[in-house]
Amino acid sequence: MPLELKALSATNYPTRGIRETPRVCKLIDVSTCIGCKACEVACQEWNDTPVAETYPYTGSYQTMPDLAHNFWNLIKFREAERDGNLHWTMAKYQCMHCEDPGCLRACPAPGAIVQYTNGIVDFVQENCIGCQFCIMGCPFNVPKLSPRSQKVYKCTLCSDRVAVGLEPACIKACPTGCLQFGTKRQMLERALKRVKQLRAQGFSQASVYNPPGVSGTHAIYVLPFGNRPEDYGLPRDPSVPWVVSLWKGPMKTVGSALLLGGVLAAGLHYLKFGPQRVERKD
Amino acid sequence: MELTRRHFLKLGTAGAFFSSLGFDLRPAMAEAKGLKISRTSETRSTCPYCSVSCGVIIHTLGDRAANVTPTVVHVEGDPDHPINRGTLCPKGASLRHYVINDRRLTKPLYRPPGAAHWHEVEWDFVLTEIARHVKDTRDRTFQSRDEKDRIVNRTLGMAAIGGCTDTSEMNFLLVKTMRALGVVYLDQQSRL
Amino acid sequence: MTNGWIDIGNSDVILAMGGNPAENHPCGFKWVMEARKNRGARLVCVDPRFNRTAAVSDCFVQIRAGTDIAFLGGLINYTLSHGLYHEEYVRLFTNGPFLVKEGFSFKDGLFSGYNPITNTYDKTSWQYEQDARGYVKQDTTMQDPGCVFQLLKRHYERYTPEVVSQITGASVKDFLKTAEIVCSTGTPDKAGTIMYALGWTHHSFAVQIIRAAAILQLLLGNIGRPGGGLNALRGHSNIQGGTDHGMAYDKLPGYLKIPPVSHQDLKDHLRENTPRALTPTSMNYWENYPEFFVSFLKCMFGSHANKENDFCYHYLPKIERDYSWVNLFDDMYQGKLEGMLCFGMNPVANGPHSNKMIAALSRLKWLVVAECFETETAQFWKAPGIDPTTVNTEVFLLPAANFAEKDGSFTNSARWAQWKWKALDPPGEARADQEILSSIFQRVCKLYQQGGGTLPEPILHLNWPYSNPANPSLEEIAKEINGRAVADLKDEKGEVILKKGQQLSSFAQLRDDGSTACGNWIYCGSFTEEGNMMMRRGLRDPSGLGMFPGWTWSWPANRRIMYNRASCDAQGRPWDPTRAAIQWDGEKWVGDTPDYRPESPPEAGLGAFLMLPEGVGKLFAPDFAEGPFPEHYEPVESPVKNILHPMVSPNPLAKTFKSDMDRYGSPEEYPVVCTTYRLTEHFHYWTKHITVNSELQPEFFVEIPEGLAEELGIKNQQMVRVTSARGSVQGKALVTRRIRPMAVDGRRVWQIGIPIHWGFAGRVTGPLANLLTPTALDPNCSTPEYKGFLVKVERV
Repeated sequence: MPLELKALSATNYPTRGIRETPRVCKLIDVSTCIGCKACEVACQEWNDTPVAETYPYTGSYQTMPDLAHNFWNLIKFREAERDGNLHWTMAKYQCMHCEDPGCLRACPAPGAIVQYTNGIVDFVQENCIGCQFCIMGCPFNVPKLSPRSQKVYKCTLCSDRVAVGLEPACIKACPTGCLQFGTKRQMLERALKRVKQLRAQGFSQASVYNPPGVSGTHAIYVLPFGNRPEDYGLPRDPSVPWVVSLWKGPMKTVGSALLLGGVLAAGLHYLKFGPQRVERKD
Repeated sequence: MELTRRHFLKLGTAGAFFSSLGFDLRPAMAEAKGLKISRTSETRSTCPYCSVSCGVIIHTLGDRAANVTPTVVHVEGDPDHPINRGTLCPKGASLRHYVINDRRLTKPLYRPPGAAHWHEVEWDFVLTEIARHVKDTRDRTFQSRDEKDRIVNRTLGMAAIGGCTDTSEMNFLLVKTMRALGVVYLDQQSRL
Repeated sequence: MTNGWIDIGNSDVILAMGGNPAENHPCGFKWVMEARKNRGARLVCVDPRFNRTAAVSDCFVQIRAGTDIAFLGGLINYTLSHGLYHEEYVRLFTNGPFLVKEGFSFKDGLFSGYNPITNTYDKTSWQYEQDARGYVKQDTTMQDPGCVFQLLKRHYERYTPEVVSQITGASVKDFLKTAEIVCSTGTPDKAGTIMYALGWTHHSFAVQIIRAAAILQLLLGNIGRPGGGLNALRGHSNIQGGTDHGMAYDKLPGYLKIPPVSHQDLKDHLRENTPRALTPTSMNYWENYPEFFVSFLKCMFGSHANKENDFCYHYLPKIERDYSWVNLFDDMYQGKLEGMLCFGMNPVANGPHSNKMIAALSRLKWLVVAECFETETAQFWKAPGIDPTTVNTEVFLLPAANFAEKDGSFTNSARWAQWKWKALDPPGEARADQEILSSIFQRVCKLYQQGGGTLPEPILHLNWPYSNPANPSLEEIAKEINGRAVADLKDEKGEVILKKGQQLSSFAQLRDDGSTACGNWIYCGSFTEEGNMMMRRGLRDPSGLGMFPGWTWSWPANRRIMYNRASCDAQGRPWDPTRAAIQWDGEKWVGDTPDYRPESPPEAGLGAFLMLPEGVGKLFAPDFAEGPFPEHYEPVESPVKNILHPMVSPNPLAKTFKSDMDRYGSPEEYPVVCTTYRLTEHFHYWTKHITVNSELQPEFFVEIPEGLAEELGIKNQQMVRVTSARGSVQGKALVTRRIRPMAVDGRRVWQIGIPIHWGFAGRVTGPLANLLTPTALDPNCSTPEYKGFLVKVERV
């Protein structure tokens, strides 16, 4: 399943190739998550993300408060009372691989964010300029800046594994089968089947989380209490922020003009003041 | 973030410039990241932690050629294993760090009576000293007969514990040698 | 496990009690999820805490730590009083119809035969009524008031839902909800399983909890059936193998016995250990004890062992008392030992009452520790608060290889002996344990050869047939364990079935005349003339039930489900044809390796439990120290008196210790119940040396219920101190709603929980949970009471 480009950040070039590749998808069935964190470790192990030097205690079973530049896969633990019963939900959180990725739309660095035809949205750190617009553009608060490299990182859906026909590392590790991987169509079918099962078991609000505000995602959830996505740490109705939509929509023409102006202005600035001395710390 | 001119240029110009000119980035992108285990050696093993005993595949550096000193580059579940079917828990998934770990002991250490620190010593020294202790203790504390003159042939001066972290064969060898020495204080984790 | 990990996927009802499989056996727990997804199975979780198993269960009930027998007793009563038991199964496969001697009684917490002076039972009155031939009298209608079934009914009728609730703290409603699900599998078309672990074994009445569960499963007809069974989830990768191979003071490989002093010669020992069949249809397989035992001696002492010298029986040490773990360290603390060899074990962290462990080790002359990492035990002399200059123990710390750095087999909970391969060499100068042990032993041999010494024969005559005596290959040892023919083996017709030197293929070939040598009879068949069966990787699953008979090898005889004869009715037809473990095809039993004589027709009525002299499963078991029926006793440290019999509150036979360090707390001073446990992110005391796992759970913490935290003014993440009669620990509070207050016998009782994974040696450090735990033991197996002891909690 070779990677074929679908979209590149800050690039107008029509990138779509002619090959038809299956659109992949990760399914997270929250009702079968036991919070074992195998996915967290598998992610770190496969991606060789550096482990922190110190380990702060969070006062809960959750590994850390939020995703981090070196921690792309986090299970969120929540205790909640529903219908008089205690529920301890554990839900894996990571990049959703949106069909309409706000990060990619927001990114001004050519080729720093790419979307493959299989649906994976990947960051190419070589091209990343550390501007953090992607962070602003993401409705799920996923990308994180590394203070050391000044680049932004997130889950790649193990694009390197998927490219050679393997499943992502988290999927492979998951002991209970809470995580599944396949084509988007297969995963949606499976999710709907599971929702039906859950409803029959009394979870009348069970539903699939595949938010339309970002044209669907390549990581979808089965939520037993689908009416309360917040309980699983998921935004209720995510969409690309209006600033980003604006910036990449009508503003783009205006922006291009302004940028051209910027180039001219910079040229003039150079002619007038000469090259800027860059300090070492920069 | 302080916006210097450099940033401004980086931000605006580069993107706009390349994008408006249609600079083709595809050749760079087509080179997908290489798969880090594509040419490693695979060894089938069993997770040493709990008693599900998941099958694991240990990926080591190199192709077992004579001049390579292998190190573990990755550990993953064995998809053929009928119990775990490729899955692992957070302990099994971190096995690489159990093998390759800067806290691993690599030299015999010796702590004389009353000392406050370890001394690095040679194997020959420790093995000789331990063998001498085993024999001395056995000879000193060996009981051939009890107070009722019944044959007991046992060593009450020394104990042996362990084995659950090791192979069945090692356990058998431990039982075999310890019983031959007459050890009766013999126990392991299954008691606990 | 009677069954296996995959077989849990065949269950209709799964009771997780005394274990937390989602956290401690996640990859085995997969099969619970499969059962739920594919069969609509229901998962019931009964635990002192709402843990991660509870989080995905259909029904969770919180009980007070240490009240499991009361809860299970309630389930037994519910099953009997509602007629939910599998009657035909009980009649065919249990000792329900057996008549018990008339003198048997139970009154005020004590069974008949109790001697308050020796604190033991005379078990004479617990025996069965026997006829003139010595066989047990039976009433197949199970109506005789003196039969086991009626006695059982009477014993458990006291365990009403209300009494269960008063003892355990669970509400009557919750208990009934659980009972309705768990006791629903007494029909032929349903099968239920129980998954338990150290939550049951860590009590001063541990064996009786497991007995109670076995009784329940026998009543429901769940033993021997796919999707049924009583499944112990063991805590270490090869703890099963270690147990099988006799790493216990009183055992030899294959659950043979180390001779007691009273057996002064081989004849005595064999006679005393060869049971007599109690029914005419009992196969009584332990009848072959002499074959197993002599073959073991032949393996140990080779050509030196012969008929004339009792096969070197006298080379084995003889015992007269309990030399197990806590006794060992008590004796060590009294200064009775000089040295200890410790291979991959960490008593300072593992044992109860860590401070006593440290004090005991300080009284040794020498200590040898072979390990991958520097453990608490290796550095006990620099433990917090210890001045090394006052510790005169000589300590040797030997760098050892780990699992990846050698081959060999691990036996999992499901009795699967699985071979693994070596991936790389150990780091630096580290060596494999078998090389370390053999090098030491070879040097000891040399010293005895050169300088003589006390009784050198057992050492010098020990059979050591390895190509490299200082570093035996594990394959050679595996072959030795399996066993071989010492002389040509002939069948009854005089035909040679195995030539001298050939590997045995089954324990049925073992002889008691010295013509076979076998290290461990239950592993006979694991390494035959066909090769190392533990290396097999066949993925055929003819039954479709996940037995995988061609995958590695399981003891005994590659059997995947124990007692599988009980999965069929009297005619040999599976109770549930969709889940057939074995069945009678008119000529033989087919399917899994039958736990039965393969050609014995169902009409012959041979007993389904072939290892037992009764030939059937025991609802009534006269074998155990504190009674033939499990009875609820309070933990040694309990916040309340036993409401069933306040005068006999804890287990009368529980063992406690008397040294100045062995202290036990009262509820007045220590009002809170405490339990210890593992977390899914860590493995025992090993992974605190690993970065990744330390990041997942970085710090020791104390789980405190919201209400108790409020009472004590403790907020989440604040430092708290937990103190028991033996020691105290400090750590951050994790205030949670997942542990609720309980009403026990009309009083409010609080429970807290402490994870065990920290210590003073590691990448991350923290207090040892076992600084708190008591030296109180189960009288049958001497397991310490790590769960359900008393503490007080304070804000620091």
